[in-house]
Amino acid sequence: MVHERVMEKLAILADAAKYDVSCSSSAGQNKRKNQNKGLGDTGNGICHAYTEDGRCVSLLKILLTNHCIFDCAYCVSRKSNDIKRAAFTVQEVVDLTIGFYRRNYIEGLFLSSGIFDNPDYTMERLVRIAKKLRLEENFNGYIHLKAIPGASDELIKEAGMYADRLSVNVEMPTEKSLKLLAPEKNHADVIKPMEYLKNEIVGHKEEKKLNFKAPLFAPAGQSTQMIIGATQENDLEILGMANYFYEQMNMRRVYYSGYVPISYDNRLPAIGTPVPMIRENRLYQADWLIRFYGFNVNEIVGFDQPNLDLDIDPKLGWALRNLHQFPVDINSADLELILRIPGIGVTSAKKIVSARKFKRLQPEDLKKLGIAYNRSKFFLAFSSPFYLQKDLTSIQIKEQILNIQNSKYQNNFSNQLSLFQ
Amino acid sequence: MTLLIYDGTFEGWLTAVFEIYEYKFEDVIFAKDENSNALFFLKTHFVETDNAKANRVLKGLKKNLSPSGITNMYHAFFSELPQIEESLFRFATYVFSSSKNIEGDLSNNAVLNIQKAAHLTGKESHRMKAFVRFKLTKDNLYYAIVEPDCNVLPLIQKHFKNRYADQKWLIYDTKRKYGIYYDLENVSTVELTFDSNPSSSKFLAEISDEDEEFFQNLWRNYFKSVNIESRKNTKLHVQHMPKRYWKNLTEKIPNLKK
Ligand code: SF4
Repeated sequence: MVHERVMEKLAILADAAKYDVSCSSSAGQNKRKNQNKGLGDTGNGICHAYTEDGRCVSLLKILLTNHCIFDCAYCVSRKSNDIKRAAFTVQEVVDLTIGFYRRNYIEGLFLSSGIFDNPDYTMERLVRIAKKLRLEENFNGYIHLKAIPGASDELIKEAGMYADRLSVNVEMPTEKSLKLLAPEKNHADVIKPMEYLKNEIVGHKEEKKLNFKAPLFAPAGQSTQMIIGATQENDLEILGMANYFYEQMNMRRVYYSGYVPISYDNRLPAIGTPVPMIRENRLYQADWLIRFYGFNVNEIVGFDQPNLDLDIDPKLGWALRNLHQFPVDINSADLELILRIPGIGVTSAKKIVSARKFKRLQPEDLKKLGIAYNRSKFFLAFSSPFYLQKDLTSIQIKEQILNIQNSKYQNNFSNQLSLFQ
Repeated sequence: MTLLIYDGTFEGWLTAVFEIYEYKFEDVIFAKDENSNALFFLKTHFVETDNAKANRVLKGLKKNLSPSGITNMYHAFFSELPQIEESLFRFATYVFSSSKNIEGDLSNNAVLNIQKAAHLTGKESHRMKAFVRFKLTKDNLYYAIVEPDCNVLPLIQKHFKNRYADQKWLIYDTKRKYGIYYDLENVSTVELTFDSNPSSSKFLAEISDEDEEFFQNLWRNYFKSVNIESRKNTKLHVQHMPKRYWKNLTEKIPNLKK
C-alpha cells in the first residue's frame, strides 16, 4: 500500500461513512466459526473502542467511494456537495480490514458506498471485496455490506453468500420526505431489495434446517436506518414504519439516526441546529420495549399522543398513563408484568423471579439485587399487612422520579441505550 | 483461627476446602504465599495442591450447582477481590449444607457476593477481549500488553486461540508478570524478562515490523475521523472506556511520528 495516499483516503472515506449508525456486529444465529485454522470468527460481537461521542466502534466502517451520481440533500456525499472525493481499490479495503482485524482493533468490515457510474458497477465491487476476504484471506470475521438500491438481484444474492448482514437504508421514514430530499429516489427502490433479501434469507434458513451443510446466506439478517429530525414525521409514524420493517421484512434491527445538519439547504434544519439526541435515545428505548418487553407500538405512542415524552423514558410514560395496572406484587406477578415496572430491566426481572423462590422479597432485597428501587417503588405492592402505600397521582410520581433523575442521570444517556431500565 | 497457605491456584483453593473439612478447622483465613501476612499468632497450615482432593470437592459442588454455578465460582476466584477465598468458602459451605440448588438465592449474602465477583471478572474479561491491541514484530509475533484488574488471562485464552488461529500471539499481563503465548498449536503460560522498558519507543522501534507504525497511525486516524464532534459526550466515552486502560490503547496514545 502506498502509505500516504491510503491514510488520506481513510480519513475521507471513514469521515463520510460515520453518519451511518447501523454498524454493530451482532452475529447471526449461524455464527461463522473458524474451523480450518483461518482468521477470525463472528463470535458475539465486541465493541473494541468508543468514540468521544460515546458510540461503539466495532467495525471498520468506510465507504468504498464518496463519488456519487445522486444528490440526496441529507447526504455528505451528494453530487452537488463541494468536498474532496476519493475511492479505495478492492485490494486496499482487503488489506485494511485484515491489518486491523489481526491487531484486534475491529470485529470486521462495514462497507457502504456512494453510487458511482451505476448501481451494478458499485455493487459488483462491494461483492468482490467480500469474496476476496472470505476466499483468499480465509477471513471468518464479520462483514456487513450495503445493498445498493437498483442493483441486480444476482449481485445482491452473491453479496448474501459472503456477507453476514446486508442493509438497505430507507433513510426517510415516509415517501413524502424522500421525494422532498431525494427526488431521484423512491421508496419502491428501497423496499424491493429488502423484500428480495427477506425471501432469500428465509429460504436459506429453511434449507439450513434440512441440511446443515447448506451455505450461509446473510446469517445476521438485514437491517435498515432512518434519519430522525431532518423532516417533520412524528414518532408514531417513525415507530409505525419500524414496526412494519420488523413484521413484514423480518428486519433484525432498525437504527434511528438523529440528523446532523451538514448543509445549507432550506429544505433541511439549518447548520447549528442541535442533533436530536434525546429523541433518538427515546426511539431506541421504545424500539427495545417493542422487541424485548412485549409492548405494542400503540401502547407507547398513539393518535392522541403521537410523540414520545422527552423528559421521561417511554416505559415510565406508559406506566404513568396506566396507573390502574399497578401496583404489581413482585412476589406473585408473572414475569411479563414485572418487566413492565419502571426501574426493572430484563436482568433484574429474571433475578426477582429466581430469588423469590427462596423467600418473600422485601424492599431491602430489591435494593440488594441492584434494582432502581427509588424509581420502581411507586409501582410496587408488598403483601405485608404493615405496608402502607400512599395514593399518588401520575403527576406527583413523575415529579418525584424526575427529582431523583436530575440529581443522578442528567446528561447521561446513550444512543445505544445504556442507562435505560 | 487457622491461616491456610495455598499456591494461589483454583485447584489449590479446592484442596484447601477439602482439608478444612478433613482437619475440622474452624475460622479460616486464606493466604497465597507464606510471607503475605505475618500473622504469626495464628495457627498455620500449608496446603499442598492435590488434584484428587480438589476433584472430590468439585464433584461435591457439582452435585448441587448448575454448570453456570461452577463457572461463577471459577470467575469469582479470578476476581482477586479482597477476601474472595473466604467468600467462596462461605458460599461452598452453603452449597454443602443445603439439599437443593441455592444459586438463585440472591438475597443471601454469600450467594450475592459470589455473583457480584463473577460479574466483575466477567466484565473485565469481556473488556480485555475488546481492548487487547496487538502489535506486530519483525518475527511475525503479534504481542499485546495488558493490565487488567482481575486475573483474566486464563479466561480469555480460548477466545483468542479461536479467533487468531493462524497467527502467533502473546498477551502479557504486566501487573501479574506472566503472559499467554500461542505458537500456532497450543497456548502456554510464559514468564518474560525484558532487557529494557517494553513500552519505550526505542525498544518498540527496534522490534516492530516495518508496517506496524503505519497501521497504528491508520487506526488512530480512523478513530479520529469517525468521531462526530457535535455529538460529543465525554462522560459516556469514559464510562465505556475507563481511563485505566488508556495507556495500552493504541488509539489513546498520540501518534509516534506525524
Ligand atoms: S445515493 Fe447514497 S451516497 Fe449517493 S447521495 Fe444519495 S444517500 Fe448519498
